[in-house]
Amino acid sequence: MNETSNPKNAVDLAAVRAKLGSDKAPRFWQSIEQLAETSTYQEFRDYEFPPSAGKANDTINRRDVLKLMAASAAMAGLSACTKLPPEKIVPYAHPPEEIIPGRPLFYATSMPESGCSVGVLVESHMGRPTKIEGNPEHPGSLGGTDVFMQSSILNLYDPDRSQVVLNEGRVSSWTDFVAAMVNEKTGLAAKGAGMAILTRTVTSPALGAQMKSLLAQNPDAKWYQYEPCGGHSAREGSRMVFGRPVNTVYRFDQADVVVSLDADFLVSGAGHQRYARDFSSRRDLSAGASSKLNRLYVAESMSTSTGAVADHRLPLRSSDIDDLARQLAAAAGVAVPPSANASSKLPAEWVGAVGRDLSAHKGSSIVIAGEQQPPFVHALVHAINAALGNVGKTVIYTESLEADPVNQTDSLRDLVNSMNAGRVNFLLILGCNPVYDAPADFNFTAALQNVGLRIHHGLYQDETAELCHWHAPAAHYLESWSDGRAYDGTVGIVQPLIAPLYDGHSTHEILALFTGDSGKPGHDIVRDYWQSQRSEKDKAFEALWETSLHDGLIAGTALPAISLSPHADFAAQGGAQTPSSDAGKLEIVFRPDPSLGDGEFANNSWLQELPKPITRICWDNAVMVSPGTAQQIDLAEGDYVKLKLGGREAQGGVHIVPGHADNSVTVHLGFGRWRGGNVLLERGFSGYLLRTSSAPGFARGVEIEKTGKQFSFAVMQFQTPVESNGKLVDEESESAVDEGERDLIRVATFDEFQKNPNFARREDEEETKDYSIYPRYKYDGYAWGMSIDLNRCIGCNACVAACVSENNIAVVGKEQVMRGRIMHWIRIDTYFSGGLDNPEMYYEPMPCMQCENAPCEYVCPVGATTHSAEGLNDMTYNRCVGTRYCSNNCPYKVRRFNFFLFSDYKTPSLYGMRNPNVTVRSRGVMEKCTYCVQRINAAKIRSEVENRMIRDGEIVTACQAACPAEAIIFGNVNDPTSRVSKLKAQPRDYSLLADLNTRPRTTYLARVRNPNPELRG
Amino acid sequence: MASEGSGKALGVADTEPIIARGHTLETVTNKISSIILTRGTTPGWLIGFLIAFSMLMLLNLVITLLMIKGVGIWGIRIPAAWGFAIVNFVWWIGIGHAGTLISAILLLLHQQWRTSINRFAEAMTIFAVMCAGMFPLLHMGRPWLFFYLMPYPNPMWLWPQFRSPLVWDVFAVSTYFTVSLLFWFLGMIPDFATLRDRAKHKAGQIIYGMLSMGWRGSAVHWSRYEIASVLLAGLATPLVVSVHTVVSFDFTIGIIPGWHTTIFPPYFVAGAIYSGFALVLTLAIPIRRVYHLEDLVTARHLDIMAKVMLATGLIVAYGYGIEAFMAFYSGDYYEKFMLTNRLHGPYMGIYFMLLTCNIALPQLLWIRKVRRSIPALFVISLIVNTGMWLERFVIVVISLARDFVPSSWRMYYPTRWDWATYVGTFGLFFTCFYLFLRFLPMISIVEVRALVHETNEEDLRLHK
Repeated sequence: MNETSNPKNAVDLAAVRAKLGSDKAPRFWQSIEQLAETSTYQEFRDYEFPPSAGKANDTINRRDVLKLMAASAAMAGLSACTKLPPEKIVPYAHPPEEIIPGRPLFYATSMPESGCSVGVLVESHMGRPTKIEGNPEHPGSLGGTDVFMQSSILNLYDPDRSQVVLNEGRVSSWTDFVAAMVNEKTGLAAKGAGMAILTRTVTSPALGAQMKSLLAQNPDAKWYQYEPCGGHSAREGSRMVFGRPVNTVYRFDQADVVVSLDADFLVSGAGHQRYARDFSSRRDLSAGASSKLNRLYVAESMSTSTGAVADHRLPLRSSDIDDLARQLAAAAGVAVPPSANASSKLPAEWVGAVGRDLSAHKGSSIVIAGEQQPPFVHALVHAINAALGNVGKTVIYTESLEADPVNQTDSLRDLVNSMNAGRVNFLLILGCNPVYDAPADFNFTAALQNVGLRIHHGLYQDETAELCHWHAPAAHYLESWSDGRAYDGTVGIVQPLIAPLYDGHSTHEILALFTGDSGKPGHDIVRDYWQSQRSEKDKAFEALWETSLHDGLIAGTALPAISLSPHADFAAQGGAQTPSSDAGKLEIVFRPDPSLGDGEFANNSWLQELPKPITRICWDNAVMVSPGTAQQIDLAEGDYVKLKLGGREAQGGVHIVPGHADNSVTVHLGFGRWRGGNVLLERGFSGYLLRTSSAPGFARGVEIEKTGKQFSFAVMQFQTPVESNGKLVDEESESAVDEGERDLIRVATFDEFQKNPNFARREDEEETKDYSIYPRYKYDGYAWGMSIDLNRCIGCNACVAACVSENNIAVVGKEQVMRGRIMHWIRIDTYFSGGLDNPEMYYEPMPCMQCENAPCEYVCPVGATTHSAEGLNDMTYNRCVGTRYCSNNCPYKVRRFNFFLFSDYKTPSLYGMRNPNVTVRSRGVMEKCTYCVQRINAAKIRSEVENRMIRDGEIVTACQAACPAEAIIFGNVNDPTSRVSKLKAQPRDYSLLADLNTRPRTTYLARVRNPNPELRG
Repeated sequence: MASEGSGKALGVADTEPIIARGHTLETVTNKISSIILTRGTTPGWLIGFLIAFSMLMLLNLVITLLMIKGVGIWGIRIPAAWGFAIVNFVWWIGIGHAGTLISAILLLLHQQWRTSINRFAEAMTIFAVMCAGMFPLLHMGRPWLFFYLMPYPNPMWLWPQFRSPLVWDVFAVSTYFTVSLLFWFLGMIPDFATLRDRAKHKAGQIIYGMLSMGWRGSAVHWSRYEIASVLLAGLATPLVVSVHTVVSFDFTIGIIPGWHTTIFPPYFVAGAIYSGFALVLTLAIPIRRVYHLEDLVTARHLDIMAKVMLATGLIVAYGYGIEAFMAFYSGDYYEKFMLTNRLHGPYMGIYFMLLTCNIALPQLLWIRKVRRSIPALFVISLIVNTGMWLERFVIVVISLARDFVPSSWRMYYPTRWDWATYVGTFGLFFTCFYLFLRFLPMISIVEVRALVHETNEEDLRLHK
């Protein structure tokens, strides 16, 4: 500072004075140099405070962005933490009504899923929701659940959830947001011109009414809808054939023959929980030889859960399904021009047999088309069902569930066009993430830049939020009031289980800002809507409201069946095809991921770690091809390849799937996200990069180019049986294990079963049952046991997710899964039989067998795993020193070890989620399935207080409760009248590895297939 | 030992003496005690010691990491929840068999040739058991609770679960270690007295003086010493058999195919002696050269040890044969699969390496020339040690990686920390061994002096 003589640094005092006088003057300053911004001062400043932020701007790359985002998200979290709500400390002398510490309460609510809503019961401990169960009274599930319902609780407590309102990336507040919205709205043209709202499919009547009211108040405002994987084809198919979109409800319990054309209806799509229940009820063999088994035919490209339970499965390219549908239609008597683009000859025998089987079951069959299929196939299926007389019997039509059933692809296209044309200057994005999941040809991101003000409302600060001016955190469904229609139209009320953990608000509350109801609570919006809809008034409505909240649904709101007949000329209009040149080219099929759906659940680590059905891959998606195609184009498992389609590219690892259709590639959507949490980063690749609006289901002409790199999948069960040269991979277990010797899966056809119901019994096993020099232990009281019906299991993973949630099971991450350290207490073993190209697939859920002669127990040096008087094989975590001998000696390998501290002890938001009745295991201890001993003990306490025995069915294990197919039954095997005893008395009952004389308490009911006699051999 | 039958117990039939001719009591004492007292710390010793010590520090690092993070740093997983730690445990404890066998059983059988090698074989035993003993502790998920495995009185009346072979291990290994240590120490008492008397430095005099426990060489002392030696030898003898039998129970009590076998106890004991003698050879060959002890540890010693290896190797080979035969003969699917898996499974390379190292190559020892060739013996001893390590890997890992339910099959791959732990125990072993070489009499002065007498007498007899 003493170098003022240097002319370079001369201080221009006049300028300084001027500056101090101006309104740009700093309020506090420390030196004249600072004010004058001399070069000395600048050097000093740059030395002291290196302009690193400026540098970052120059060479910023994706990773830096992510790092900065993570840091800023963490900072945002910090600031949110400091903003504690005003609290009063009240002594617990007057506890809230109904809450007894230690005893959970259950509330009914509804979860929005797959474009409709499904009823749930939520277990709540001291005001904290901890576990989702199905609502047995709700028609959409009858108590069954799926992986998304089970895992949605983790989204509620997810530390990565959006926690604060953001304005241009800076922390703001709800008050500011409201002020800004009101301000903006008044700035809009009187009729709302330039305003656009983008939502997902709306099946909430209250939300629909709000939207309509908003549009009524602003007639020039526009409402757009887009759901990336949400029944577009079904909607358009019904429009094609009936002239308007209708909702289809299937009655699988009434169907003797089901034909699925690429539809994974047991695990995805609206109502799948109910469909699984109905379908599996027709797989029940309690009546022995006189049971009425249904028969399922599946033609599909990817090996899916539904395909695995099929009696006849035809691996068929998705783009050839059209041809099959036409042939089946022709067989059923529907006039339709033959396909011009089929690339393969369909097996005439198969098609003929299916056609004849359908014709033989008029009025008791179902043909169902998958979401990947174009509207025309859906239209054909409607026509086939009509021709077969199924409509009104197994196929019921109702009015659409949606508030405004529009063609969503066109809807989003309109929005993009309007944005590009600069006609949108105020865009409200409610719960959507189009930057990630819009069709690639829309260039949504570029179009979005033309919008003057972009507002995003969602659970996460996702890819779209990043590009919006405002982001308002949404309230989770467990934090908000709403309503929704189930697959059959039944209205369920969504009620909050907990006050919003963060600054979240529901969609209703956001819309209320624009309908003149600003500040109106969600509860009032929903309740007022229903009050206006119902004839009941005052007290009567109050009673109805209370009952509906209690039951989780408004009784009698299922939509009535409507009778429709297909337009005669739809086939002629839509069916004519011009042959195209790409018929034989490699096709790519886009499916929602069985674990992540369309990507909405990508930040859910439970779902990420769930091994997908059939492929058993966790944490990634894959470029899935058939063994035949892999050989043909010389791909090996794990090759990292580039997919090229129409000038677009994506890169992923190859996974070879037995039973996949040849000349076809399947890609699961939902991966490859880059913003919205820490779990979803760098997981797989995004199929949306290749998915266009013209081909949302599948496209032909994809090219695969090897990059020369390798990709490692985290696979829970190795089963890939092929290499590029077609030889068995010896590296890990082959699928071609001779099951005959190990006898883990026992299966017969229905004919064989009728001839020999005892096919699953083995004489030598009966003998070994009493091989012991010691007298057997006498179980006097209860003796817990489980029966798993392999004929009902659909391999959907709901039991696995439920077990994770109920038992506080830790997530270990991809690298640890690769090392064989996944912690799941129950797993769905999957076996193939037959050739690679179209193997039969078998599921076998494996919890702990709770052996009576447990090999794990006698090897434990400290007695940490011991037998209870009720036959449970108990784990005492406190006593366990972690020698892992028990796991080694477990022939079923169901024990899981905490090789590290896998449980998250650090994230406070997760504390609330945990089941308080289950220990959170620390490092170095063994754990395993306990038959949900906490539930057993709760029931015992209850029964002892009431001085009675536990009733059959009073204890429901988490896996049993979750199973939509009722494949798992638990109970007291000492009681011959209990459901489990009756199942175990069935001739199909068998134990795994019975010759080891472990005497497992978990036994299996053998699978019985019901093949068409015409197709045998 | 079988090949060196009791008929030759006194070495009568063999014209070659056990130690080189020309030694007197004084030369023997000078030769051995000078290594400690006058040779001093040589650069060679220092370099070796520093290498060993740095490996020990690696072990230190691994253990620290293990305590901080958990056993997950190793490659163990489900289904192979035991890996290198248990392989190394069994391998080290097997090595720890030679010492006690040489000093106890051969003492009782009056095998005179043992005297030149028994001291460092015993030291090797102690150090090997130390290395072995670390693994059961380290491999536990919560090693700080190791005392749960011991029957200690506690207010909850909780005892170990006595049906578990791991509890038997605790007793077997700790007993074996205690008896071996006592035996080793007892044998050194007269030598300590010699060193005390010859030590030039005050420190040496005091330390060796304390260690010699007041030994004055009186007839009473000698009498008690002899009795105690025989008693301890009697105690240690069953232990040689029992320790590895109990260790083999860790596997045989389990129901995993490849573990659940009745042949294991004898075949484990034979294998232990096999590997123990191999390591004695591995150590003896360089030591006799570096310390110029060819007179005391003669070619004949090496020859006899080679014969013992050959014999025990054949027992081990018989064990492999019976395992294979039983897999075939039992008709049990899982046993058959276990064998197929070893022969054709993903680890087949390791199994064939094991057969080469443990069965094929050691057959060279039938040839006298090979037994007399020191480089050949050295190489074979290393091969046998490798083979025995592989054998434990085959038993522990290959059996676990593929057992009953194929859905759980998974390969085991060691991590760098697995290797670091293994290398680290070599650090511990060799650090101890270098200290032993430097500060303790590596050959029993007393017993070799007795041999001098016998050798001379025998020579006289032969010259008559």
